[in-house]
Amino acid sequence: MSLPRKVKFSDPLAYFGRNITTGLFRLGELIQIYLKSFKAIFFKTIFWKNTIIQMEQIGIRSLPIVSIFSLFTGMVFSLQLAKIFSTFGLSSQLGQALTLAFARELSPVLTGVVVAGRVGSSIAAEIGSMKVTEQIEALETMSTDPIDYLVAPRIVAAGFMLPVLVTYANLIGIIGGVVVATIYASIPPTNFADGVLTFVTFWDFIGGLIKALFFGLIIAGVGTYKGLYTENGAVGVGKATTEAVVVATIIIFIINYFLSMMLYNL
Amino acid sequence: MSVISLVNLHYQIDGQVILTDLNLEFKKGETFVIMGPSGCGKSTLLRLIMGLVKPTAGWIEIDGVNTSILSKKDWQVLRRKMGMVFQSAALFDSMTVFDNIAFGLRREKMSEPLIKNRVLEVLSIVGLDHSVADKMPADLSGGMKKRTAIARAIAFEPPILLYDEPTTGLDPIIADTINDLICELQDRLEITSIVVTHDIISALKVADRVGLLYETDLVEVKERADLKQAEHPLMKEFLKNFKSAI
Repeated sequence: MSLPRKVKFSDPLAYFGRNITTGLFRLGELIQIYLKSFKAIFFKTIFWKNTIIQMEQIGIRSLPIVSIFSLFTGMVFSLQLAKIFSTFGLSSQLGQALTLAFARELSPVLTGVVVAGRVGSSIAAEIGSMKVTEQIEALETMSTDPIDYLVAPRIVAAGFMLPVLVTYANLIGIIGGVVVATIYASIPPTNFADGVLTFVTFWDFIGGLIKALFFGLIIAGVGTYKGLYTENGAVGVGKATTEAVVVATIIIFIINYFLSMMLYNL
Repeated sequence: MSVISLVNLHYQIDGQVILTDLNLEFKKGETFVIMGPSGCGKSTLLRLIMGLVKPTAGWIEIDGVNTSILSKKDWQVLRRKMGMVFQSAALFDSMTVFDNIAFGLRREKMSEPLIKNRVLEVLSIVGLDHSVADKMPADLSGGMKKRTAIARAIAFEPPILLYDEPTTGLDPIIADTINDLICELQDRLEITSIVVTHDIISALKVADRVGLLYETDLVEVKERADLKQAEHPLMKEFLKNFKSAI
């Protein structure tokens, strides 16, 4: 089956219809990639060497950028709220507000977006380059399924490493927040800790990790999908790279809303 | 005895017909050259034989097996009988030459000492120094890349070898060494080779038989020795500057 033929913008109804059909067609292809990958993960032998290399690429190499954004986000969060909370005598609530915001939303979403930019683009570029230089077909000629060899390891690695990165981002962000709250608004760390221990539950963190798992699957799935369907040489690789980041980011924001509703009974 | 048979083979994509009703048999141990203008479906034919794309109608028999009814798993087994050298060499960028050649062997769970021996052996066969084994594909010249690609394709000792434009992009001297290598491999390993090219010098040097693919159809097939009697105007046009070589 192939995409519907291209139509001109001057025919708005056909143009709209074509875009809807194309969108559904692409969604179908993406779902197929996920189904084949899960089949490879659960019913075939996983390429562990590739998976570990990808864990390093996706997880370890993302640590510096995750450290920077989480530290400064935690700091600016405290900077904005510490004085206001102190003024209203709510300084003990700052810890709760910061931790909840980080655990539930900020860490998963920001980590997802940053990793989509750093890793999603690199996955699409790497696999896209392999596609246009016939390396994917070369894999097939050597009795190796590209889904098993390229896609499944990245999905496993991203699904595993995103929750790890989010846990790390939580820790760094909260430390940044505590330091600024203490220095800037003289809120002692014990007050901060009281708020966290009283109001924040274990589930707040688990919910964030579940989100991270989904975001990891989205980043790897969209990146590999865009890579595998790359066409038109170097221009196509550039296009695939950009689309991988944009599509993954959009899906992360949309899915995040619904996951928040489900996970936290909002 | 035919190793590969094309039976009423038809292929089209996005409504565009690429190949129509092809019928051809490739004999065991021969080198069959497929010539034709750019975009006539030569490379697509190799991809069909390799099972990378599926025919729209008709079928291909390899060693008497109708490949149109094979499952994905059966195809993986069948592909071990075939090696393919891609136009761009298609070496894996992230791996050394050694790992590129060893890739298929490792998939077969061969022991590392055996793999090492085999890799060095095929490097020698294709005329590459063993020191090349540790280099990355980006550090190789065009000719070395093609040789590495051939080494990777023959590592398994497949009885069938498919070459997609093996001399494209190479200077005449290097191209000639690749042609010599194709002839040498056929003599030494007795493999059946299908070579797709529009390089007439290459075709004349390596071919036992030549087929001309033109406008979706195989319009002429001639033994190398009978090329002087070629009838199709395009075949004549292809050969007109090479009469002394025929």
